[in-house]
Amino acid sequence: MKKVITTPITYDQIKELRIGDTVYLSGMLATCRDAGHHRVLAEGVMPQHFEFRDGAIFHAGPIVGKDENGRDYMVSIGPTTSRRMEKLEAQFIRETGVRLIIGKGGMMKDTAEACRKYGAIHCAFPGGCAVVAAQAVEEVTGCEWEDLGMPEALWIMRVKEFGPLVVSIDTTGANLFDERKIEYRKRMNEVLEGEFGGGCSAK
Amino acid sequence: MNRIIKDKFVNIVADMTSMTGIYLPDDVEKKLRELAAEETKPEAVTMYECMIRDIEMAAELGRPLCQDTGALQFFADVGTGFPYMDAIESVIHEAAIKATREIPLRPNVVEPLGEYNTGNNEGYGAPYIQYRLDPGSSDLRLRLYMAGGGSSLPGRSKVLMPLEGIEGIKRFVYETVVEWGTNACPPLQLGIGLGTCAETSALLSKMALLRPLGTHSSFPKVAKLEEEIQRELDSIGIAPLGFGGSHTVMGVNIEAAGHHPATIGVGITTGCWATRRGEIVIHDDLSYDVISHKRVFEG
Repeated sequence: MKKVITTPITYDQIKELRIGDTVYLSGMLATCRDAGHHRVLAEGVMPQHFEFRDGAIFHAGPIVGKDENGRDYMVSIGPTTSRRMEKLEAQFIRETGVRLIIGKGGMMKDTAEACRKYGAIHCAFPGGCAVVAAQAVEEVTGCEWEDLGMPEALWIMRVKEFGPLVVSIDTTGANLFDERKIEYRKRMNEVLEGEFGGGCSAK
Repeated sequence: MNRIIKDKFVNIVADMTSMTGIYLPDDVEKKLRELAAEETKPEAVTMYECMIRDIEMAAELGRPLCQDTGALQFFADVGTGFPYMDAIESVIHEAAIKATREIPLRPNVVEPLGEYNTGNNEGYGAPYIQYRLDPGSSDLRLRLYMAGGGSSLPGRSKVLMPLEGIEGIKRFVYETVVEWGTNACPPLQLGIGLGTCAETSALLSKMALLRPLGTHSSFPKVAKLEEEIQRELDSIGIAPLGFGGSHTVMGVNIEAAGHHPATIGVGITTGCWATRRGEIVIHDDLSYDVISHKRVFEG
């Protein structure tokens, strides 16, 4: 059975989730990426029609079209590389109280520590699958910070069973991609040692 | 060049842009389906299923299969007898604006060091255009690469000392793929350039990435290195999407040039599972042949 998280997200909804679990999201979701994080933290500006606290954000820069009635609709919306937001994410979690961060690939230790400390999770949506993602968007309900341009603006939408979302950082601070990367690095060193001997430079 | 002829030329390039954003090139789709069919790890199978569903829905709805339609980069091999040589740059700029509005593409271009988005994928030096002369031909061979953000992020180049040799090349490539490849939507297409300097090697790596999957360097030693790197990277198994499975790459292409004996320049350019590159050949009467997406047009 599909495990569905709904907004507003309580700590109880996510505390039992562990890295590798697959979940879906129903409710309100807003895009927020590089410039959005900067606006919130460096400029101290909060969106007027979206509540980060107990909410969900999506590291994504969508393509938004207009339908025949002039209303916005999602054409394509896949995740962007979450690691770019690493520099600001821990502070973002602390100051906004966001519970669910959706993106692509993993994040690093500061974000994992903030997830543990403040009760949040990071999930990965399959990168590139932007038309699949757009199908789960029921309505684009608003847009703020359009001065940042289409990819960086904060797009607010209502989603239904948005996913699959694979938990990559859980509320214990465990980090799926970090663990996998240790494995990959081990195999890489085996390949190189097998062929050339010696260890691998740590650069 | 009169407006009617120019409009025809613009439409060809805008249609090519549309085709490239909506459909994977034939070689990439074929390879993706092969890798998906071979995969046995359940989590990896789910990811491949999502990718296949995405390309099928994109084709059905006529939408860009990935929201990041990239920075538009054109590679023009211009026959010295092609009659509309003078118009190529302005045609490409007009086509970018038209395609951005009509498909639509995501307007990605921001001004240098500015946050201001031009809104139409056009700007100073954008789209990027690289020309090469093709003596004696009257055709324009036009290739388009949509450079996505995530898939461009691992790109780098470095100049090694000759005694570092194959070992140095492999260490640099594997370190880059393991550290940065998981976020770049693997299975990756890997372009490697071997030359003298950082920038010439980087350009060669882009040329390598533009070569279709399954093609090999004409130098036997280089072709052997392509196979070795592919096999060894696959044994690390970061695909699909960094979750881990039986592969890392869709293919490894190397473009190598004669170089200075005191250096080995190594460039790395990565493409994602959804590498979008288009290729058409436009003739002197503005008729054209689609090279990269024959499947789309021949059913």
